[in-house]
Amino acid sequence: MVTGMTADVPAARQIAAAVADPELPMLTVADLGILRDVAAEDGHIVVTITPTYSGCPALREIARDLQHRLTQAGFAGATVRTRIAPAWTSDWITPEGRRKLQAAGIAPPRPAGPDPAPRGPVPLNLTMAPRDQVACPQCGSPDTVQTAAFGATACKALMRCRTCHEPFEYVKEF
Amino acid sequence: MTDDEFTAYHALADETEDHRWAFGTGFTDPLEGIDTSVPDGVNAAALSAYCLMLGDDALIYSHRLQQWMTRLPELEEETAVANIALDLLGQARMLLARAGRAEGAVLAEGAALAEGAALAEGAVLAEGAGRDEDQLAFFRPEHEFRNVRLAEHLDADFAQLAGRLLIFSAWRLALFSRLRDSADPVLAAIAAKGAKELAYHRDYAAQWVIRLGDGTELSHGRMQAALRSIWPLVDELFRADAVTGDLPGVAADPAGLRAEFDSVLGTVLAAATLDHPDSAPMAQVAGQSGRDGVHTEALGYVLAELQSVARADPDATW
Repeated sequence: MVTGMTADVPAARQIAAAVADPELPMLTVADLGILRDVAAEDGHIVVTITPTYSGCPALREIARDLQHRLTQAGFAGATVRTRIAPAWTSDWITPEGRRKLQAAGIAPPRPAGPDPAPRGPVPLNLTMAPRDQVACPQCGSPDTVQTAAFGATACKALMRCRTCHEPFEYVKEF
Repeated sequence: MTDDEFTAYHALADETEDHRWAFGTGFTDPLEGIDTSVPDGVNAAALSAYCLMLGDDALIYSHRLQQWMTRLPELEEETAVANIALDLLGQARMLLARAGRAEGAVLAEGAALAEGAALAEGAVLAEGAGRDEDQLAFFRPEHEFRNVRLAEHLDADFAQLAGRLLIFSAWRLALFSRLRDSADPVLAAIAAKGAKELAYHRDYAAQWVIRLGDGTELSHGRMQAALRSIWPLVDELFRADAVTGDLPGVAADPAGLRAEFDSVLGTVLAAATLDHPDSAPMAQVAGQSGRDGVHTEALGYVLAELQSVARADPDATW
């Protein structure tokens, strides 16, 4: 994979992009939008990732997984870097990632849009509901209710459908 | 394990030195690979002390929230409070790492550290390097912690948890919103990410304050009493500290956060049918409080627990 001092960046990108996220294993790091860059520096592959949340405990494992798979594929000396700006947003989850979430019974986030208050006070949300209705990933009904603002991971909330009565998870706009 | 079976889950059980999970397990620097040079014109000693303050707020408050685990009324609140504590621990790690790197820049210049950032006796540093997050979290004595006293408070009941979380997150969100424009790009990036997290924390707390305040006679009374007991710790959040004045364009003036904080609290308290608490601010000691390393008795108990493993066996690995 490494010819002389020129690393095959597209091949490395393909390998890196296929690595699964440990918290949402149905998604790859590319689907989730945390894979920010794959480049060559001095003949070695450098992968850049960004955390979803400040306390994300999986980031370290993802980095090891990336390094391991790249090394295994012949990219000796591949390294992984963290980038913290700009901050990850749920808008970086790809259309393919959203489709996979939906198929796994997890409601994907609606558009977070630009930072709601880039340089002013952040508005309060005093209702026990997301900003607008989340459709049930099982039956498609918009008649759903939030049961908990935080789920098994910080990026998810718990919801329940009032039509089919199934509980489901929902990836929050962030 | 064959190579094909390698996943992040296996990595958790992998016995190498560079990636485990708590003190003694070789956490890596959360700012690894990020340019942490101190921008020209920024006072590195003051920047280090400032990041230490904000990092200590998050570290100590995160620990207090962690102490609620298994004691909350419902599983949904367990997951919420655990996630909030984890977000704050993540903020603490980055801020303490940033404080350490800025400290390294000061040491490299051979200059004096700001008061409150003094090296612990016997601390061994690589040339030009500051302390890492573990040294800062586990090997500083109580008087070197710079958190506000609100962070170390022990919640007596769930109403105090909700009220204190509302106060802490409304204040910190107002602060982080401003720090997104900090002239230190590392601090600006930490704040931009943290602000998004804090908006969820504040909403969660506000919703509970409203449910309890606008609930039964009993829940209303408990919520009102909780706010009254926490309120003496609020004034300190907006007091001038020793380093902000040395960081123009980098830090945010604490007094400038008060109007936004009052407006948020006013909205929530009105929706919750609660009266604005009027308890007098807690006394300072010779004009000093949390930001000067002068704490309540509560911090000693937090640190005794937080630091016990590290202190008992500084070389422990597991």
